[in-house]
Amino acid sequence: MLMLEKRPQPSKTWTLAAPILAVILTMICGGLLFAALGKAPLETIRTIFLDPLFSEFAWFYRPQLLIKGAPLALIAIGLSFGFRAGIWNIGAEGQYIVGAICGAAVGLAVYPTESIFIFPLMVIAGVLGGMLWALIPGILKVKFDTNEILVSLMLVYVAEQLLASMALSTLRNPEGMGFPGSRNLAKYDSASSWISENAGMHWGVVAAFIAVIFAYVTLSRHQFGFNVRLAGQSPRAARFAGVNPKLLVLVCMGISGGLAGAAGLFEVAGPAGQISIDFNVGYGFTAIIVAFLGRLHPIGILLAAGLMALTYIGGEIAQSNLGLPGAAIQLMQGMLLFFLLMVDVLTNYRVRFGKGATT
Amino acid sequence: MTQPLLALSGLTKAYPGVVANKDVSFNILPGEVHALLGENGAGKSTLVKTIYGLVKPDSGTMMLNGAPFTPTEPRAARASGVAMVFQHFSLFDAMNVAENIALGMENPPPQREIAAQVRAVSDQYGLPLDPTRIVGELSAGERQRVEIIRCLLQDPKLLIMDEPTSVLTPQEVEILFKTLRKLSAEGTAILYISHKLEEIRALCKNATVLRLGQVVGTCDPRTTSARDMAELMVGSALHVPERAARAAGDTILALKGLSANAPHQFGTALQDITIDVKKGEVLGIGGVAGNGQDELVAALSGEMRTADGMISYQGKNIGHLGPNQRRKGGLLTAPEERMGHAAAPDMSLIENAALTATTRKELATKGFLNWRKARSFAEDVITTFDVRTPGSNNTARSLSGGNLQKFVIGREIMQDPVVLVVNQPTWGVDASAAAAIRQALLDLAANGAAVICISQDLDELMEISDRFAALNEGRLSAPRPAQGLTVEEIGLLLGGAHDMEVAHVDA
Repeated sequence: MLMLEKRPQPSKTWTLAAPILAVILTMICGGLLFAALGKAPLETIRTIFLDPLFSEFAWFYRPQLLIKGAPLALIAIGLSFGFRAGIWNIGAEGQYIVGAICGAAVGLAVYPTESIFIFPLMVIAGVLGGMLWALIPGILKVKFDTNEILVSLMLVYVAEQLLASMALSTLRNPEGMGFPGSRNLAKYDSASSWISENAGMHWGVVAAFIAVIFAYVTLSRHQFGFNVRLAGQSPRAARFAGVNPKLLVLVCMGISGGLAGAAGLFEVAGPAGQISIDFNVGYGFTAIIVAFLGRLHPIGILLAAGLMALTYIGGEIAQSNLGLPGAAIQLMQGMLLFFLLMVDVLTNYRVRFGKGATT
Repeated sequence: MTQPLLALSGLTKAYPGVVANKDVSFNILPGEVHALLGENGAGKSTLVKTIYGLVKPDSGTMMLNGAPFTPTEPRAARASGVAMVFQHFSLFDAMNVAENIALGMENPPPQREIAAQVRAVSDQYGLPLDPTRIVGELSAGERQRVEIIRCLLQDPKLLIMDEPTSVLTPQEVEILFKTLRKLSAEGTAILYISHKLEEIRALCKNATVLRLGQVVGTCDPRTTSARDMAELMVGSALHVPERAARAAGDTILALKGLSANAPHQFGTALQDITIDVKKGEVLGIGGVAGNGQDELVAALSGEMRTADGMISYQGKNIGHLGPNQRRKGGLLTAPEERMGHAAAPDMSLIENAALTATTRKELATKGFLNWRKARSFAEDVITTFDVRTPGSNNTARSLSGGNLQKFVIGREIMQDPVVLVVNQPTWGVDASAAAAIRQALLDLAANGAAVICISQDLDELMEISDRFAALNEGRLSAPRPAQGLTVEEIGLLLGGAHDMEVAHVDA
């Protein structure tokens, strides 16, 4: 019989090995899946995982990696604080949208004035927008003990409606000949988040790296990071240590919402360019996977965001070159999270074969 | 003489550092309600776990109906007709009663049949329960009925009940007792574990008293007074304190009419607690667990805020201050529950040192924690209090209970408190370490700090206290000088008014 025995200490080896093993298992099972779909498994896997980096067109794909990875890392870093403290903000997608709307609105309001203050103001508006949207579930939880998972998730759909309304009326481009969507911010110098479009560099990439460093220092060295970890592991010990659980909920929701809002702003002012009905592409949800794939550790999240971005881009290549259905790529991303959670057990438990001794 | 249903002889079980059961022998007769009495930590749980096949004894034998009985797992015990209702229920909230019962069966019959059986048994024993109701909607008493009926469906010969009334309302207790009496009349033996003496007097024909893992006496609870039983539990060897009461210092901490609602469903409300704690004294607070100890500690630590004017420390109101502000002033606490309250199980000892010591030991500058300083403090605690661990990087979870207790108490003592509140300071700690902790508390008081020691161990309280008070249903008795207190007086203080009346009747 197979038995799981709790380790006295989480295994250090497995903490590192688990994500790698999960990726390998995903490749194996993904390969089987592709084979069942009638595609050559090895070629498909190579297309997804290696072509974006090493093929002859890699010069085109590598910048894409930054563009796709940055919002994922930025949002996931924010979420990781809450997730570590046991506060489940599932609505980063909505905060991302509201951040984009608020930031874009500032830029559009002053169009076509040129000033170096415009972009920073847009960033602040984006952060505040995302923060306020996240504080709605936060305050409701603190005041009325509502479930933040449900409220934050529901607010995603509200945000989507808001986005559609903005794209169709309030923020619509007056010179757009009636087409939905705002002016293109990426083409408005003072409001563009691009640093170098060819290299895929925009301020969101910079912000993501800053967020990673900031989160790393906070979690490992600062009292606040300690409180976050403590509250997640044992809420009662956290109260004993003087942590105010309600304040912690608000701060964690604020951080995750603020970073999601910033990610939205950087996206709308750069890669996306404009507020449109289909502006959001699910970064807010994928970031949840990224956060866990990176085991809520800042460096891990950075790597995980890169990996997810890779599967996105590789998936697109496989779709266009090999005719792989888009759902198969999503399935593979799901597999990745599934295997990670499965292998994760090994970090805290040891597998024993045969009948263990009972104490 | 009838053949005993279950005969225990010479059962011994030792854990590292503590002997849980030592040469325990007694008989349970068919159809009797047999009480197993003892304070917390007396070895009751280990003993019933042995009978139920969860614990393998080091030595000793059990005979069931004259045949050797060595259950290796609960399933084997159940097959032999031994059933147990645990203090904590194992039910799924989202399922209904019948489904929950089916889950515990090896070969469950169809739902309809189970529902019919549940109805039959609940009618027969007067345990009202609707098999189609969702468990999440049931009261604690009703949940317990699910567990009892689950046992009764196996038609047990011996039913073990572990502290069954701790979660029940008085009305539910009445219903339970009727059921148990009926079961007993039909020939099912019941082993009833409790430390509530009145219940045992009302229900049981025979009682075995455990103390420190050994049988210290048997009695017929119907003819023995609650006071006598309490003395058996507490131990007649309770020695008079040799400590001379010192001249009391100034009042440092004053509780004035401290009242607070129970923080949660099974909590106890604090009622009008008034006491002055003086510098240099050890105030011992005795009482059975669940009488407001946790709540009192929470009110003092700052985890539970209290109304203005109820707690004053060094002459200042502190009811509104949080834990760290109180620590800053020198009021430190060590709660009873080590894992998950006093310490975070999955964090290292260094991190756990920072858990409470950051303020007083200045482990943080501008919010940034100085881990090197925290490590050296943790290692100080480890060496001074002889905490057995490979290193300060190990998680709190990897330590044995007693070792972690030493760490937790040591962490507070080494922060040089002005007032230290400890709850069950030597719980689960081996004898020599317990002595060391007590000595450290005494040293603290000798150096002018005030120590409030909340404990169920009366020997301990008598050994270190200058003054003694008892906590009963959230009320604190007036403190008495510990020197010269007799066992009878302590029994009365502990029992509260309720027990006193009974004592009158017996006298």
